[in-house]
Amino acid sequence: MTVLWFIAGILFTAAALCVLGRLIAGPTLIDRLIASDVLLTTLVLVVGTEMVVNGHTRTIPLMVVLVATAILSSIAVARFASRTTAQSAGAAATEDDDAHL
Amino acid sequence: MPISDVILDVVAAVLLIVAALLTLAAAVGLLRFPDPLSRLHAATKPQILGLILVVLALALSERSWTVLFMLVPVIVLQLLTAPISAHMVGRAGYRNGNVDVDNLVVDELAPDVDAAGRSSLSGGAWKDEPGQSAPGDSRRGRPRSSGSPAAGP
Repeated sequence: MTVLWFIAGILFTAAALCVLGRLIAGPTLIDRLIASDVLLTTLVLVVGTEMVVNGHTRTIPLMVVLVATAILSSIAVARFASRTTAQSAGAAATEDDDAHL
Repeated sequence: MPISDVILDVVAAVLLIVAALLTLAAAVGLLRFPDPLSRLHAATKPQILGLILVVLALALSERSWTVLFMLVPVIVLQLLTAPISAHMVGRAGYRNGNVDVDNLVVDELAPDVDAAGRSSLSGGAWKDEPGQSAPGDSRRGRPRSSGSPAAGP
């Protein structure tokens, strides 16, 4: 059992590190928004996993609050990103295109 | 400890590993995929299925009705809010011109954005004539597929 929990923890850690890499490197605001969303999802899953491992249920309200408020940041940043000017959007698109050519 | 408890605990641990694998797949997809829409596609895997698996593992390891009723709002809230936020993020990425149009097989939003831009020409802050393309569209084949951020809700 402990081995299985360790495997899950290692996988979650690797996933969080990959997401953090995209969060730092991500060429555009949208990439960083998606990466932070996935990082928050990973955090919620880790909170649930910790409850299973340690055998308590005290942080279920934390899961509820995190899941319920994750949408606020996404909508706020998405609205902000929709209003940025066409010049910066074109520059970001060019940068993104060049990144994977 | 009865044998059924051991089985349930092992099943819960396996569910946790599957959820962790989904999260890792999303993270690798986030690193490897070329443009924001495909990264968004990768990111939605742990948001619904991974969360359901972890909540199921928690319910299986605790085995009480109270915990189960406390866990239902987690799933319901995530099912309600995840599509909305994904829609908003994808729309913002499209309107920003961050989507690589050459990778798309079908662009079903382009005619709608085109129509919205045409109908809001009188009131919108962004006016582009049919003959000239927006500054962000110089690299694209279609003239007005994106780059009009003020063209409607």
